[in-house]
Amino acid sequence: MIDKPPVEDFATGWDHADAQWVADPYPIWDDLRGRCPVAHTDRYGGGWFPSTHAGVSQIANDTINFTSRTVIINNGRPGEDAMPAPIGVAPPISSDPPFHQIARRLILPAFAPGPINALEPRVRSLCVDLLDRLDGHEVVNGGTEYAQYIPPAVISRMLGFPEADEDLFREFVHIVIGGIDLPEQQRIEEFQPIEEYFTAQIEDHQANPRDDLTSYLLNVEVGGEKLALEHVFGTMILVLIAGIDTSWSAIGASLWHLAKSPHDLERLVNEPELMPFAIEEFLRFYAPVTMARLVKQDMEYLGCPMKEYDWILLGFPAANRDPAAFKDANRFIIDRQENRHLAFGLGIHRCAGSNLARLELRVAIEEFIKRYPRFELADPSAVTWAPGQIRGPRNLPIRILR
Amino acid sequence: MKVSIDAERCQGHGRCFSLAPGLFDFDDLGNGVVIGDGVLSDETLELARLAQANCPEHAIFIEE
Repeated sequence: MIDKPPVEDFATGWDHADAQWVADPYPIWDDLRGRCPVAHTDRYGGGWFPSTHAGVSQIANDTINFTSRTVIINNGRPGEDAMPAPIGVAPPISSDPPFHQIARRLILPAFAPGPINALEPRVRSLCVDLLDRLDGHEVVNGGTEYAQYIPPAVISRMLGFPEADEDLFREFVHIVIGGIDLPEQQRIEEFQPIEEYFTAQIEDHQANPRDDLTSYLLNVEVGGEKLALEHVFGTMILVLIAGIDTSWSAIGASLWHLAKSPHDLERLVNEPELMPFAIEEFLRFYAPVTMARLVKQDMEYLGCPMKEYDWILLGFPAANRDPAAFKDANRFIIDRQENRHLAFGLGIHRCAGSNLARLELRVAIEEFIKRYPRFELADPSAVTWAPGQIRGPRNLPIRILR
Repeated sequence: MKVSIDAERCQGHGRCFSLAPGLFDFDDLGNGVVIGDGVLSDETLELARLAQANCPEHAIFIEE
């Protein structure tokens, strides 16, 4: 970690890895929305943080002035050499129009409701097996013993990787997402084993094609040509990174909420028809993901003097708490009827895996509350939250009430 | 009364066909599409309004 002093004023020096932000960012965002709707920082080489629904929406929809070349903020301020055009490091999330649309259309069919809904029995039996393993425990860890196992199993199955490699998978996610605060060189070194593993998987799939996403990417053609290998590699990396930490954070945060909100838990157990609305409210209230953009050129934007290659941290979770866009924005309403939340982003980069994420979240919660209709936080002060751009509880001890 | 989806705005959040599966379906990319001609009855109008109130892209339009 780079040694940094605690943030004194988030309006002029925000840092999403700061301990206060990691522990409880919502008061910070409420404060910023009131007095400085686009906050600035000199950290990470310089960046901006819009906290209002309007500001976040405007930038998310503006692919003219902002690029998605790099969506995870790191300490290396990107320059021309950090933007392999037109593919980007992890297409399509890191791609801009017009290439973006080509890359996105390739993967959308695999994540459309049809194929994703077909995974439901597999996700459900996975959750049931995990709960069986915890049977009889007085305290279960909703993070490390439950939520964190679900997405890796699903994603590795989609990519066609050996099931035995799921632990390795979680380690890779930690490296990429958790590595935001590492110096650039160290980050590159830590990425090495991931590159080697994925390269080996690609080679194995080239030799032995099968019915999975990796083989699909290797064989699909655009304009009569197969994808460049770096495109295949990048999309696989994207699925790995975007598909694991995110969903497990959403599952964990939802369990955390239910563990400390007995009335909501009781309603959800007794009124299963609330589930579709509850899922969306979990997603709004505890949206795990913030994504980054880069400013394309020096400009005055939303009243701010933005510079070329400044970071933009798109505060989707902050937009979801904006009272200008949501009635009683800071209240969790389990049956909220009007809910245009931005948990999956907005515009052309809408999370391609949103159908899968919703499936995992819904089934994980359904099975947990079916097994344990009453539970509470075993030790609220022991709960820890992941730092960085994917926020969710990591240590989540839950006491099962009989 | 008639409901429609602006395909230019729709980004496939999937809220419409989840909340009102009788009115909306999805295409092979996962984007929302209106089933049939989109003509609404008094009962389906409520469902169309619910879908509209949950579309993050404001892509659903109702002609009354």
